[in-house]
Amino acid sequence: MADEQAIFPDSEPVIDVENWNVYYGDFLALKGIFLKVPKNKVTAFIGPSGCGKSTLLRCFNRLNDLIPIFRAEGRMTYHDQDLYASDVDPVQVRRRIGMVFQKPNPFPKSIYDNIAYGARVNGYQGDMDELVERSLRQAALWEEVKDKLKQSGTAISGGQQQRLCIARTVAVQPDVVLMDEPCASLDPISTLKVEELIHQLKENYTIIIVTHNMQQASRVADLTAFFNVQVVDGKRQGYLAEVDRTEVIFQNPKEEATQQYVSGRFG
Amino acid sequence: MTTDSVPKPAAFQLDPTQLQRDYGSPRIVFGLIMTGVSILFMVLALIPLGLVLYYVTIEGGSKLSWDLFVALPPPPLVEGGGFGNALVGTIIMVAIGAAISVPVGVMAAIYLAEFGTGKIADWVRFANKVLSGVPSIIVGVFAYAVLVVTFRTYSAWAGGFAMAILMLPTIIASTDEALKLVPQEVRQASVGIGANDYQTVLRVVLPAAVPAIVTGVTLAVARAAGETAPLIFTALFTQFWPNWSNWLLEPTASLSVMVYNFAIVPFENQQEMAFAGSFVLVFFVLLTSVAARLATARRVY
Ligand SMILES: Nc1ncnc2c1ncn2[C@@H]1O[C@H](COP(=O)(O)OP(=O)(O)OP(=O)(O)O)[C@@H](O)[C@H]1O
Ligand SMILES: [Mg+2]
Repeated sequence: MADEQAIFPDSEPVIDVENWNVYYGDFLALKGIFLKVPKNKVTAFIGPSGCGKSTLLRCFNRLNDLIPIFRAEGRMTYHDQDLYASDVDPVQVRRRIGMVFQKPNPFPKSIYDNIAYGARVNGYQGDMDELVERSLRQAALWEEVKDKLKQSGTAISGGQQQRLCIARTVAVQPDVVLMDEPCASLDPISTLKVEELIHQLKENYTIIIVTHNMQQASRVADLTAFFNVQVVDGKRQGYLAEVDRTEVIFQNPKEEATQQYVSGRFG
Repeated sequence: MTTDSVPKPAAFQLDPTQLQRDYGSPRIVFGLIMTGVSILFMVLALIPLGLVLYYVTIEGGSKLSWDLFVALPPPPLVEGGGFGNALVGTIIMVAIGAAISVPVGVMAAIYLAEFGTGKIADWVRFANKVLSGVPSIIVGVFAYAVLVVTFRTYSAWAGGFAMAILMLPTIIASTDEALKLVPQEVRQASVGIGANDYQTVLRVVLPAAVPAIVTGVTLAVARAAGETAPLIFTALFTQFWPNWSNWLLEPTASLSVMVYNFAIVPFENQQEMAFAGSFVLVFFVLLTSVAARLATARRVY
């Protein structure tokens, strides 16, 4: 396996995963993951369905804690602190590692309150109007909704909802933004807007994005991780097959399976 | 493909020009008969409601007057009077009941839907079902034993307490259902931006569930307001206004007990008031049910 430290030597790792195993009950969903996520870069997770991309993504902000049968082994650090140490508060983790979900899931509140909510629960004291406008501008949504901020966030188009969810996440200014197939329910134009947004966000944030769209991965990502499924004793388990600079993964991968997957000749 | 060579079964050989309904076919006839039967039973099921509404409207609606709502019940053989005290008493006791059961019920349901895990929550849900099946007269006896015996007096508090117990199962069950309807993704979204569990429940999940919760509460109130049995043991009845200066620690009149008392006495004026009271009660229940439907129409999920 490539040494990621050497892939981006000038970029310190924000998240460091060492020998990470994930179980759902008895089922080993992810096995032996080693990964360093570089700071202020976009890392893409690609791979066939069911290989554990979402599972790993949701480990980073401890969202899997909500699943009773979830269990993990190994070491996962964020700025050298063990994310799964017993004294770590998941609420503090999620405050720093925000998430955008595959399905747009705005709160059933006004557009304004969708953004203000996160700021309020985190004790934000500053100018709320200013924060809402800035976040909506960042998500390329301001022009479309500035006249209807009091309308419900669930009563706008799916693409607008997804950008609202992105605005909601960046409003609390996390350190890392996790995106699980953020464009899966978007049209090509909204998709491009989200990709532009990702390019801008990279300045200040570290981004990890799961995508099934190879062009998207090659357009937005600096680092690409290819996950695959192997069948051991009749059970399907996910593993990290290859991780490298995006150009390398797409043009000159070391693994045969990676080559087949990115060129669409998989399975 | 080999399937092409298999001849089409007779049942699938259709005449492409024959799209009209064939009233001779047994399938169509059976469908028509079943539709007729179900319409018949639907009408049968509606008849009791229709008759009750018709009867109380004819018997009670015609007797309505302003006095009924503001005056005290008359002694036997005296004309006039009203059931103002019973109306106020019912409102007081329903309010006491709701003030107890809504917070308790909603909090209990939040525990069940959001925090309760596994066995305990299942047992609480089961206990709640049992409670909803307890006959209201037993609830009355229970409230009698707990409050009336302890304080040595019938009171609006005992009546309200009994009503609270009657409302509780409906409120818990409907709030539990309402909370479970709120999609998991919304909770994850809230947790995902650093809200803790209680912020998520109180600021996102509960507001989204409010219309459905209001429906449940309204139905519970409507049901409890009409109950007679638990009030006979706890609030009894009186000819007088609820006594605030004595902290309501006295027998308190209510519409349902008024109807019960006056319907069985041989004095015409009293019987007419019983009918008018029934009319008011039935329409209160009807109105609250309609209000509940309207609240549900604005539901979020
Ligand atoms: N809550 C859960 N309980 C049990 N098993 C789960 C759960 N979530 C995921 N799994 C299993 O873990 C494996 C990895 O799932 P995951 O959702 O991470 O895949 P994925 O790579 O994101 O797939 P996709 O591209 O389809 O989203 C799958 O076999 C899945 O069935
Ligand atoms: Mg997934």
